[in-house]
Amino acid sequence: MSAPLRGRRIGAGRTPWILVLPALAGVLFLLLPFAGLLVRAPWPTLGARLLTPEVRAALLLSLTTASVATAISLLLGIPLAWVLARTSFPGRRLVRALVTVPMVIPPVVGGVALLLAFGRSGVLGRYLYDWFGYSMPFTPAAVVAAQVFVAMPFLVISVEGALRGADTRYEEAAATLGASRAVIFRRVTLPMVMPGVGAGAVLCWARSLGEFGATITFAGNFPGRTQTMPIAVYVAMQTDPQSAIVLSLVLLLVSLVILVGLRERWVGSL
Amino acid sequence: MSTDSLYTRLVVSRPGFRLDMELSAAPGEVVALLGPNGAGKSTALRALAGLLPLTRGRILLEGRDITALPTESRPIGMVFQDYLLFAHMSALENVAFGPRCRGTDKRRARREAAEFLARVGLGDHARSRPAALSGGQAQRVALARALAVRPRLLLLDEPLSALDAHTRLTVRSQLRRHLDDFDGAAIVVTHDPLEAMVLADRVTILEHGTVVQNGTPAEVAQHPRTEYVARLVGLNLYRGRARGTTVDIGSGPGSARIAAREPGRGEVFVAFPPRAVALYRERPTGSPRNTWRLTIDGIERLGDQVRVHLDGELALSAEITPAALAELRMEPGEKAWACVKATEVDSYPA
Repeated sequence: MSAPLRGRRIGAGRTPWILVLPALAGVLFLLLPFAGLLVRAPWPTLGARLLTPEVRAALLLSLTTASVATAISLLLGIPLAWVLARTSFPGRRLVRALVTVPMVIPPVVGGVALLLAFGRSGVLGRYLYDWFGYSMPFTPAAVVAAQVFVAMPFLVISVEGALRGADTRYEEAAATLGASRAVIFRRVTLPMVMPGVGAGAVLCWARSLGEFGATITFAGNFPGRTQTMPIAVYVAMQTDPQSAIVLSLVLLLVSLVILVGLRERWVGSL
Repeated sequence: MSTDSLYTRLVVSRPGFRLDMELSAAPGEVVALLGPNGAGKSTALRALAGLLPLTRGRILLEGRDITALPTESRPIGMVFQDYLLFAHMSALENVAFGPRCRGTDKRRARREAAEFLARVGLGDHARSRPAALSGGQAQRVALARALAVRPRLLLLDEPLSALDAHTRLTVRSQLRRHLDDFDGAAIVVTHDPLEAMVLADRVTILEHGTVVQNGTPAEVAQHPRTEYVARLVGLNLYRGRARGTTVDIGSGPGSARIAAREPGRGEVFVAFPPRAVALYRERPTGSPRNTWRLTIDGIERLGDQVRVHLDGELALSAEITPAALAELRMEPGEKAWACVKATEVDSYPA
């Protein structure tokens, strides 16, 4: 019964071209650059270029820092999301707005702000240096800090949304069974919002992996120490475009593997 | 009363609503809180569980004042309306959750949980996730989960309302058995009078945040004290002044007179069942004492009977057979004669 209906709808030319044409143009615009990457890739020398120490170091640094940044974001972001979703205190709305600021400001500005806060003469960095002799800028830690700064808000927003959508009566049920608030959070709330946590973690990781502006401003560009994949791509583009293509392909592949691998489990809610 | 297991006065005020009630229950007694939507039943239950703060009042459970205790420290077990089983845990883990939270070690908690599941007849479903259980099974897991913490007060919020009519019958009788076995006090919130009658030893009726009636199911069914209860148990109910067997309902032009079976004095309730009412087109000969000329308000089907609503000097419902209705050949808006034998009319002090 539905088949002839569907046939008639398409055959009768009812499809609104005013929507389909821009949609097609949009898809092409998104896909063509990838096609360009694949077409222009130096396939014969791909393996050799991939195995250079510089590429391996940049890839390793990117994967490590993005993972550490995601772990830190989870550790700080989930409690922050809980506080924003489940408690009320004066200024809660303001805090929530401030938390999302890094999502909208240009990352370079974030990098400058991080320097002003944690630089050797920064608001906080001054004391870190005076008391402990520790200087964060231009270290792998600075790479992680830059990534956490720009990526954690994605996780917070995602988890907060999941918490707001979760049915709090399950938490009440747990309380009647004798569970303390900490136990309720760990054994009832967290499992309930796991899809949101997973989606947020993937977003956070992907954003960290691609971080460029804040990183190069706050952590600089030291091969092997702070030169992440995106920075390596940018640098290679100036001197050796073929390598830039290879690096871009690697980044693309890593992102796709993560997205496809986790889609079934978590990203369904994205 | 020292024999009470639960004694409580609950006052919860919020804009536009105030609950103010006393409630008590003996050990092993099942008390049904019955009332229309918005009467405050669930509010009372949540206050007992500590999920809602009391404006005033206190809760004594087996002589101990638990008013100030947070929910997780109260010796209660609660069965929620849609069970609220934790979806990411198996049936066994759901039941073991309470004992674990109350300090039982993991292996013992699991063993006890298995025993409670077996007791509700779900020993084979220990590994099932809640999503794989039927409504009736989920209800039993919820009951096992509440009982597994060995509560001294069991709270059940509309425990059968999420079930279909067929399952409800079976689950209701099973629930009755488990409640019989439970030695603490149990409070069942329901809006279904039949559920209250079957499950409870005593029925407390709540309307607009106050208790309007309290008694055994039989007492409440025979002698309703408010319109709501009368409608629930299917009786025509009036309040009036008795002189001998004659009861005057209201005063002035809207007044009516009802003859009752037994003599009374002063303020009384009079009640009679709709099936005791006979309807006629013409004034019946012999004229029994309770004869009124009333306007037909509405006619509805009720099982294999017909319910006719009438209004006039008295508002009443009559239950007649479809054959009788056919013989009557009457429509809403027409006037009919309604008769009730005095021997069918019950009167009791207000």
